[in-house]
Amino acid sequence: MANLDDLYREIILDHYRSPRNRGELGPPATRVEGFNPLCGDEIVVHVLVEDGVVTDIKLTGHGCSISQASSSLMSSAVKGKSVEQVRGTIESFKRLMTVHESQLDDSARERESVEANADGDLRRLGELAALAGVVKFPVRIKCATLAWNTLTQALDESEDDVH
Amino acid sequence: MTSFDPVRVRADIPLMHRVINDRPITYLDSGASSLTPRSVIEAMDRYYQHHHANVHRGVYQTANEATSVYEGARERTARFLNAPGGSQEIVFTKNATEAFNLLARSWGAASLSAGDVVLVSEMEHHANIVPWFQLRDSHGIEVRFIPVGDDFRLDVTRIEELMRGVKLVSVTAMSNVLGTINPIRELAEVAHAHGALIAVDGAQSVAHSSTDLVALDVDFLAFSAHKMLGPTGLGVLWAREDILSTMPPFLGGGGMIKDVSVDGYSAATGPSRFEAGTPPIAETAGLTAAITYLEGLGMDNIAAYEKELTGDALTRLALEFNGRVRVIGPSDTQGRGGVISLDVEGVHPHDVAQVLDQFGVCVRPGHHCAKPLMKRFGLAATARASFGPYSLVSDTDVLLEALAHAVTMFG
Repeated sequence: MANLDDLYREIILDHYRSPRNRGELGPPATRVEGFNPLCGDEIVVHVLVEDGVVTDIKLTGHGCSISQASSSLMSSAVKGKSVEQVRGTIESFKRLMTVHESQLDDSARERESVEANADGDLRRLGELAALAGVVKFPVRIKCATLAWNTLTQALDESEDDVH
Repeated sequence: MTSFDPVRVRADIPLMHRVINDRPITYLDSGASSLTPRSVIEAMDRYYQHHHANVHRGVYQTANEATSVYEGARERTARFLNAPGGSQEIVFTKNATEAFNLLARSWGAASLSAGDVVLVSEMEHHANIVPWFQLRDSHGIEVRFIPVGDDFRLDVTRIEELMRGVKLVSVTAMSNVLGTINPIRELAEVAHAHGALIAVDGAQSVAHSSTDLVALDVDFLAFSAHKMLGPTGLGVLWAREDILSTMPPFLGGGGMIKDVSVDGYSAATGPSRFEAGTPPIAETAGLTAAITYLEGLGMDNIAAYEKELTGDALTRLALEFNGRVRVIGPSDTQGRGGVISLDVEGVHPHDVAQVLDQFGVCVRPGHHCAKPLMKRFGLAATARASFGPYSLVSDTDVLLEALAHAVTMFG
């Protein structure tokens, strides 16, 4: 049985109560809005990329504890990292959010490799691993991934600006 | 005093035996869909086991029986609503939403033109807003809103002004968010005095109090079977016979025609004109059983009992949380039903509902398909608890226990 404590880890509640990197960035930062029409979660990502590095990130928006904590944790994890590293983190995080479905669908062999991969991801993700329990609550996965999808779009747009 | 035993009603609901997260289910989402009594399930089962065939035109025994089931439900529904023109005023649809779409696309498209006004309210479900916006886009009508006051009730102080150019007033009998019960009889008088018609969204009202269409003197009524102990997939549009007979068909196909040739078609008369294709038949058997069940309890008894439950819940919610749990809706039971929307300070409705689920409590978080109303009160969402005739005061006990946990957890 999925336990509530798996979802609402103390670190998640902490980021929900005291979100990091709240605010806005003006140009030349890229601003992208993410919206979840089903539950009304909204996250606005402001990201500044300089010489291939995410030098600053700010967030506004509102929504449930999972969406807001996930965005706060994300901002702490990516600030100061290269765009390449950030994209790797996004990929690891999104894999973490899909492990559950893979476990349901795939054969045992594939499951092992997915789990091995996920273990590696968990180590790499550090604090973000606190969100791993979200996969046990499938309807909340989209809350956790909203900020990350929005960040991906913001990085794409900022790179379009450069090229 | 209640003259039915809600504990026995609960015993009639198979789903009440479910255990959720090691706790007995506490179902507080009747506003979204009611739970189904055994007699309703058995009526549909009996239909498939003994009578199933396609309706109309068949000459063999079971086809006749299936037609009797289907047309019998029309009769039963008409009697339940005290429809002035009887069964020929009852159109079966997929749900209340489709009933509103039928109303807009058929009556609306034929009767309204650019500049005509449809007057809805700020507390409507999207089903009674979007079809009118679609008609605005296609026909240039205006959609106007009766505002909702800070007391969570329709603000009709400027109704005379609002009625200018109005051809249809379309309002809910009871808000699916606030629980507010609207003065339909009075609004019907205003509408008719201005030469307008009035449509009523009965989705939240028909299962919770008696509906007398003769006394209400309205022109259209829409509702769904699954919110009145019946099955999903079946709704009703009731329309006054003299209006229904002038409405053009909505969907075309089999069952709705009088004649078809290579040159064209002519539509059938009566409600079947709007029922193209094989309709939900087993579901009408379920609806008949649901109406029988509800009337067995007594609609006035249900209303009185749910008022008691609501009053008890409102009182305790006001006392127990030091203002941290706010009810978005009227604070007493006067002119309100058993739908209670909650705003918990510092806890998002999705998190409230998630914590409640751990206690086996089923409530609904979200905007409840009423985004204009949410915006009116500056909210993105609420967590909504709603009662049915099988609800007990002990359900409220569990709700409060779970809410207390949510408040502490996010403290």
